[in-house]
Amino acid sequence: MIWSSWGDFWHMGGYGLYVWGAYAMCLVAMLAEPWAARRHRQQALRASARHERVQ
Amino acid sequence: MNQPIRWFTFAAPSRFYALVNALNPWLWAIALLLAIAALYIGFLVAPTDATQGDSYRIIFIHVPAAWMSMVLYLAMAFWAAIGWMFNARMASMLARALAPTGALFTFLALWTGSFWGKPTWGTWWVWDARLTSELILLFLYLGFIALVSSIDDMVRGDKAGAVLALVGVINIPIIYFSVRWWNTLHQGATISMTAAPKMAQTMLLAMLLMTFAFWAYAFAVVFTRAQALALEREHDAEWVRALRTKGKELQ
Repeated sequence: MIWSSWGDFWHMGGYGLYVWGAYAMCLVAMLAEPWAARRHRQQALRASARHERVQ
Repeated sequence: MNQPIRWFTFAAPSRFYALVNALNPWLWAIALLLAIAALYIGFLVAPTDATQGDSYRIIFIHVPAAWMSMVLYLAMAFWAAIGWMFNARMASMLARALAPTGALFTFLALWTGSFWGKPTWGTWWVWDARLTSELILLFLYLGFIALVSSIDDMVRGDKAGAVLALVGVINIPIIYFSVRWWNTLHQGATISMTAAPKMAQTMLLAMLLMTFAFWAYAFAVVFTRAQALALEREHDAEWVRALRTKGKELQ
């Protein structure tokens, strides 16, 4: 095992800020993008229904 | 019965929509499983690097993100060109759907590179050929998105986007070979087709697994966005109406 404790793991040999800063942004972006894409699809479907009512 | 798959049928937005609905759950599952495996190997199996300590672990997302940023640009330019040449609507929609994901991976490559550069080079940013050309890639994506969304006429927007995307392709080899053509602070290629990898097996494995996870992710999210674009463009088509009725029944 590389890490002797959780504290050791988060510390990342002194590079914790950099490693977790990089991974955190990656995680946030890759959760936000699919959420936004699904919302886009939902809104497009709803907008098409509105369009039908207008006609 | 062994019928060949007629790929062209998926060029119809209605069939594309149905195909994505069938594919996406699998793509998400694959992305998640591969990412977990990559993180497990990258953080619990791969040893600490002798020279860079644990800061090198950023490589497991940095290199895949940078690869994706370039591959997605080529895919975007390819589909934009196909849409332009053959007047294929789904191809143009795919090009538009690829742009935001490409921009996101470019941003992530720059961000993770910055967080890796600070501890190893002592600076967040440097106007080095590799970094500068990757930043230009981000501007190309953003320029493409701004251009196609600023033109109301859908077909003209697609054409203008295709021209921009194709001109911008020149930047891809510049990014790729920048570390060879110029004397850069950025290190050379981690993996090349001709030489043996310069890294430990476990490190390489984690990086490749994460690359495949990013691939699956990109397919899934781009497909979802392409579905949204197809719904917007074909809002009065029969298949969209059928989809709405089906949606109401399910509620």
